[in-house]
Amino acid sequence: MSAAHEWSYETDGPVVRPYAMVRGRTRNEGYWFDLVAFVVAAVDSLDLRLGIQPEHRAILRICQVPCPVGEVASRMNLPVGVVRVLLGDLHTAQAIHVREPTCRTGRPSIRVIREVLDGLREL
Amino acid sequence: MSSTPRPGAPAAPGDLLPEAAKILVAGGFGAGKSTLVSAISEIVPFHTEEVLTRSSMGVDDLAGVEGKGTTTVALDFGRITIHNRLALFLFGTPGQGRFSFMWDELAAGALCAIVLADTRRLSDCFPAVDYFERRGLPFVVAVNCFEGARSYPPDTVRRALTLQPEVPVMLCDARLRTSVKDVLVKAVDHVLLLETERSAHA
Ligand SMILES: Nc1nc2c(ncn2[C@@H]2O[C@H](COP(=O)(O)OP(=O)(O)OP(=O)(O)O)[C@@H](O)[C@H]2O)c(=O)[nH]1
Ligand SMILES: [Mg+2]
Repeated sequence: MSAAHEWSYETDGPVVRPYAMVRGRTRNEGYWFDLVAFVVAAVDSLDLRLGIQPEHRAILRICQVPCPVGEVASRMNLPVGVVRVLLGDLHTAQAIHVREPTCRTGRPSIRVIREVLDGLREL
Repeated sequence: MSSTPRPGAPAAPGDLLPEAAKILVAGGFGAGKSTLVSAISEIVPFHTEEVLTRSSMGVDDLAGVEGKGTTTVALDFGRITIHNRLALFLFGTPGQGRFSFMWDELAAGALCAIVLADTRRLSDCFPAVDYFERRGLPFVVAVNCFEGARSYPPDTVRRALTLQPEVPVMLCDARLRTSVKDVLVKAVDHVLLLETERSAHA
């Protein structure tokens, strides 16, 4: 555990710039946006209210087909923390639908385990 | 947020999206995590250099992670479509114990984990084994067979890692899709067994 003390702001550099993009906000209300939560655009475009940024539009373009949050982050080349904030904005603007994994905290259901097992056997 | 829809109520639009399941792939430096994920993923795995901060994790008590601390973590992100309503994601994650705070997020709701062991540096996988044991996440140990490495029977590896008898240990070649498939099938089969037992006792 104590090994985690070895890195710090001082040794690992400054807080990354992309956080400036979301004006220092690091949390969003409501959804958690798990790395494997699927996101899909609910609208084709965004109007210019509410300080919409180019990144919001880019995310919306990526999510024209359902896309997991982790994939959105890598295609945007942004830290997932930043992408979560941007997704939160889009959700507030009712511009996306989200499906969190059903078992975020507990264990996956036996149904899901069976279906995954069957699917893997057929590969 | 957790409102249950009334029977007969139309599904929320989000419910029409695919469901996601995930499996973690952990192991020491160069143990073959990226190789394993790309051998079986249907997409070219996304390789992300995540900058993680305490707040990006959305967790309040990250023991040892200082308020302003950030670190960069490489993550391989692969995908297998099980059917049109269910996708399986594989995460290759760094094996060092200092990243275990990130495993907390990845392990939440995960089916299980694959621990890749390299017999030339077996101790590199200790942190992963410790973590999954402590957390109670089912895992299998896949011994990656590198050329030139002395080969050890799975039972020798099991003893060296002092694993519980029910933990599957198997040899694999992370470069071969069929071998990786066998590891995944074994792992999920192990999960099914554990969960079936658990629900029988509940
Ligand atoms: N012979 C053999 N070589 C392998 C196997 N798996 C991986 N390798 C090789 O080992 C090297 C390291 O593999 P990676 O997949 O990059 O390992 P990694 O765990 O992702 O490494 P880091 O992300 O740097 O920790 C590569 O050159 C692979 O080609 C295997 O099963 N057999
Ligand atoms: Mg790698």
